[in-house]
Amino acid sequence: MSVLILAEHDGLALKPATRRVVGAAGFWQQPVELLVIGPAVVANEAACLAGVQRVLHVDSDAMPVAEDLAPLLVDLMHERKVLLAAHSSLARDVLPRVAALLDVAMIGDVVRITGPASYVCPLYAGRLLASMTSRDAIQVLTVRAPLFAPVGESQAVPVFALPALASGGASRRVAVNRQVSERPQLASARIVVSGGRALGEKFDAVLAPLAETLGAAVGATRAAVDAGFAANELQVGQTGVVVAPAIYLAVGLSGAAQHLAGMSDSEVIVAINQDLEAPIFKVADYGLVGDLFEVVPAVTRAIQQLQERQA
Amino acid sequence: MKILVAVKRVMDANAPVHIRPDGLEVETQGARMGINPFDEVALEEAVRLKERGIASEIVAVALGDDATQDVLRHALALGADRALLVNTQTSLQPLGVAKLLQAVVMREGPELVLIGKQAIDDDAGQEGQMLAALLGWPQATFVSSLQIEGQELQAVREIEGGTETLVMRLPAVVTADLRLNDPRFIKLPNLMQARKKPIETLTADELGVDYTSRLVVERLSEPPVRAAGRRVANVAELVECLQAEGRRLEIRELL
Repeated sequence: MSVLILAEHDGLALKPATRRVVGAAGFWQQPVELLVIGPAVVANEAACLAGVQRVLHVDSDAMPVAEDLAPLLVDLMHERKVLLAAHSSLARDVLPRVAALLDVAMIGDVVRITGPASYVCPLYAGRLLASMTSRDAIQVLTVRAPLFAPVGESQAVPVFALPALASGGASRRVAVNRQVSERPQLASARIVVSGGRALGEKFDAVLAPLAETLGAAVGATRAAVDAGFAANELQVGQTGVVVAPAIYLAVGLSGAAQHLAGMSDSEVIVAINQDLEAPIFKVADYGLVGDLFEVVPAVTRAIQQLQERQA
Repeated sequence: MKILVAVKRVMDANAPVHIRPDGLEVETQGARMGINPFDEVALEEAVRLKERGIASEIVAVALGDDATQDVLRHALALGADRALLVNTQTSLQPLGVAKLLQAVVMREGPELVLIGKQAIDDDAGQEGQMLAALLGWPQATFVSSLQIEGQELQAVREIEGGTETLVMRLPAVVTADLRLNDPRFIKLPNLMQARKKPIETLTADELGVDYTSRLVVERLSEPPVRAAGRRVANVAELVECLQAEGRRLEIRELL
């Protein structure tokens, strides 16, 4: 029995979530293999993660489409027992396909592993938790990576080269449009500054300086995204990105259940809102009622002054 | 081209969620039920494809007990040509649903299956991918923009940090993001007409597939409630608290 992890990277380095997935894999106390589809530099980085026994490497310039990636994973799983990945857009696309081809259930967005085939998963936008056990011989699952401790470094383990993937030609990627940002990635940032529709056209003008000062990622509610104040990829919540940073700063957002589903595992929640009655105050560790357009710049200045004093 | 749209009956997103005394299921008695919002978007997209002359027939399919007919009426009112109920009292899991839908696809022979990217009850988000796998079809998941020309489908997908565009040949499975469209408001006359239309019904067992559950739910529970924290009076106090947390959490920017 062994655990296979689908590693994720940005073409240069592993994503922080992968270290956390390796941490989650420790539960089984079985050999852990990391599958890296990408350049050698990422495979070499993966080989140095503590808790990894072997890296399987497919040299590739790009992540294959689900139709081409799934057969490889299916092949590998015939000799392994657990397939694990972060609950990312890549894994959510390909792992259900793999599970169906293996004729096993997929367990998605696991927040706790309680036994070799037992898990806790959120339902109803996180308003319920289900404790369940799989009856299948092969486990295919994604985990909510921010909830698992990352592994550190260790001595490099062997990297085993796999043949290049053939394209079945069923589907091909013709364009990728990613926003290039200097800010940390939303899914793995230690601080997230998130805004709601109340910020209006000033969404960026108000939040960007605070995010910059804190080295934070920017998030948004669905309402703010739908109104066109923030980009799609910033959406935090049930249907967007799920985050669990050390500090989540919620600015001008009411705290709808669908939004809370994406951030309620944050360690510290700070809410700034004009509306005293906003539900976000019910989950916030610190709450300030005030005019966003005055309070946020004032907070930004105060932190900048602290930083200047330190420097 | 024939399009199959799978729709799920779910509890209203804003309805309170209560666990039944057995601790294993959610109480849906008396709750407001309706079509899964993502599936409604999928259906709206099918209707638009028909309006553009790309689709010729839209078949809506739902799985569940007799009460599930209401979401099929909704689908007919929105623009589906036919409605098909796969009748079962059993609670289904994604793999079982995918197998039943596969059997329906074999019978109906659509060239495109449209379905929501997730259901707002179990949030699983697996259905389209599993169905595509079983059919051996390509898949476009989390789609926010769709174009079809001849036998070629082009889809823009929402991915982390942006979007990507895929091109594939039909037949294919597409799962809809909420950004794909805004479903139309259903007019009353359409609703009245939909009440008179027949709903074809077959039993899940007639489809001859094994749809038993693989996951045994042992317990449903509510997540621990976060204790409400403290209200701070002003910016200075807030920054003080932030700094204290920053020290505790070893955040460089707040030391």
